[in-house]
Amino acid sequence: MIFGSGFFQSAPVQVALVVGSVVSVVSGVVGVFTVIRGQSFSGHGLADLGATGGSGAFLIGVSQFWGFVAIAGVAAATIELLGLRQPRGRDVATGVVLGAGLGLAALFLYLDTTVSHSTGAPITILFGSIFAIDSRLVPIIVGLSVASLAIVLLFYRMLLFSSLSSDMAAARGVPVRLVGIGYLVALALAVALSAMTIGAVLSTALLIGPAACALRLTRRPGWALALAALIGVLVTWISVVLAYNSYYWSPGGRAWPVSFFVVALIFSLYLLTQIPFANWRQRRSTQLVVGEIQSADG
Amino acid sequence: MKPVDPATDAADDLLRLEGISVWLSGRQVLRDVSFSLRAGEVTGLIGSNGTGKTTIFRVILGLQRVSAGRVWIAGEARTGHTPAIGYVPQTVALDPDMPLRARDVVGLGIDGPRIGIPLPSRRRRQAVNEMLESVDAIHFADDRVGRLSGGEQRRILIAHALISRPQLLLLDEPLISLDIRSEQEVVQLLSRIARQQRIAILISAHDMNPLLAAMDRIVYVAGGRAASGATNEVVQTEVLSKLYGRQVDVIRLRDRVLVVSGSEETSAADHEHAHETADPGLV
Repeated sequence: MIFGSGFFQSAPVQVALVVGSVVSVVSGVVGVFTVIRGQSFSGHGLADLGATGGSGAFLIGVSQFWGFVAIAGVAAATIELLGLRQPRGRDVATGVVLGAGLGLAALFLYLDTTVSHSTGAPITILFGSIFAIDSRLVPIIVGLSVASLAIVLLFYRMLLFSSLSSDMAAARGVPVRLVGIGYLVALALAVALSAMTIGAVLSTALLIGPAACALRLTRRPGWALALAALIGVLVTWISVVLAYNSYYWSPGGRAWPVSFFVVALIFSLYLLTQIPFANWRQRRSTQLVVGEIQSADG
Repeated sequence: MKPVDPATDAADDLLRLEGISVWLSGRQVLRDVSFSLRAGEVTGLIGSNGTGKTTIFRVILGLQRVSAGRVWIAGEARTGHTPAIGYVPQTVALDPDMPLRARDVVGLGIDGPRIGIPLPSRRRRQAVNEMLESVDAIHFADDRVGRLSGGEQRRILIAHALISRPQLLLLDEPLISLDIRSEQEVVQLLSRIARQQRIAILISAHDMNPLLAAMDRIVYVAGGRAASGATNEVVQTEVLSKLYGRQVDVIRLRDRVLVVSGSEETSAADHEHAHETADPGLV
């Protein structure tokens, strides 16, 4: 049995599939630029900081989604302001902001569990709860996803150009700093959105993983975006199905979290793309050359 | 009020630097640097590492603020960004997994600064192919740019710079880390482009040797100061001694020119920094 009874009829499943798909597309597309711009650490920092926003929002009785969005915005601005222009300066700034933010998260999560007596809060915030998304949030999630995607597509060529060389791009009149800030906004949104689906701690997986796989599989920029988005969506759908069904086959009859399946699938895919088999195209071209030499000899 | 070019005989000057001084974090890296570049000519920007060559490029590109002096482009003081300059920086760190084919990099030379996503266009594809052919790069056009050799990447970056039809092409140490054969290929390519397309090319190098056949003029930089002119006028004992502020000797050995520090201040470090140059025209 692939689909548990009433899979598509279940409202939480419907919300999970819609939100999961939209968020995966955004994460995949934004993630490609995160990887090629060497900003995986900034992405990871923003993701982890979601825990601070989420736990803070929970504390004041607002949906953790707003916490994710607010903190990602604040943190992105702080990293941009502190980070100067060198990649190393940016990494240091990310590290410092991340440390401070996680300290706050520790306090908020402690207060969440002690003051409001809700032990589920840390798990929801840190590891996600795609089946528990308030359906009223769906339009907002979709709207912000479209906004994030629009920024990346608007700056698509400039982002590629400045990823190639920011000096060359600047020499040709690309507003490198503005493009960088625009990208950081898109990244902050993507991270906040994926924190909603697989949790603050794991949202990097959806950001970096599909992008890293796609970069191994294609050498064309446009295809890399499409492939990363596709991988993200497929992984999310399979994970939702597996999690829904895990209720029936997991030991003790406890359904496993979606986030676990997402991360496990992405990691397996990444390992698959790392084995030499994935470079078959290059090997084929080497064989072709060898073949030509041999036939020339004969 | 718009400044007017005071020079009268500068009709062919595409770019002129006039008394440029630059301070970087409390240190003066350029002192009163002046020179000009002409259409159809290859100029070599020569000097050891750390003498200010890259800073000169950044000044020309408008990426570096100057504390004194002016940049004139086609007889007008530069205001803001200048689109007619192609630039190939010294280091372009290309990740092997970067999802860009060689042809994508050249294509970014056409529309990289534009917003939105590129639409497939036959004209664009044809322009890219022609440019790839002219730098002899069509056979690796579909390879990942990060996996090409140093010489191949140079040619791609040159094609990227040229496809925007610049009047001025700046190349920062384009011969670094190239083997002798690729070195000569790149130099010949640039020399041909300068003459055929009537553009001014400025090439920086710490070693003059491979450039001499192609170089029309030289800008010799030492200690933040520069001397410019015809190669055999500048590469002279008196001129370079004055530039370095101490005795250096220009020694001509068959078709080579060695610039070594004078006998009084000879030290191991000076020898290490000695430039070996050769000028067939001087023999």
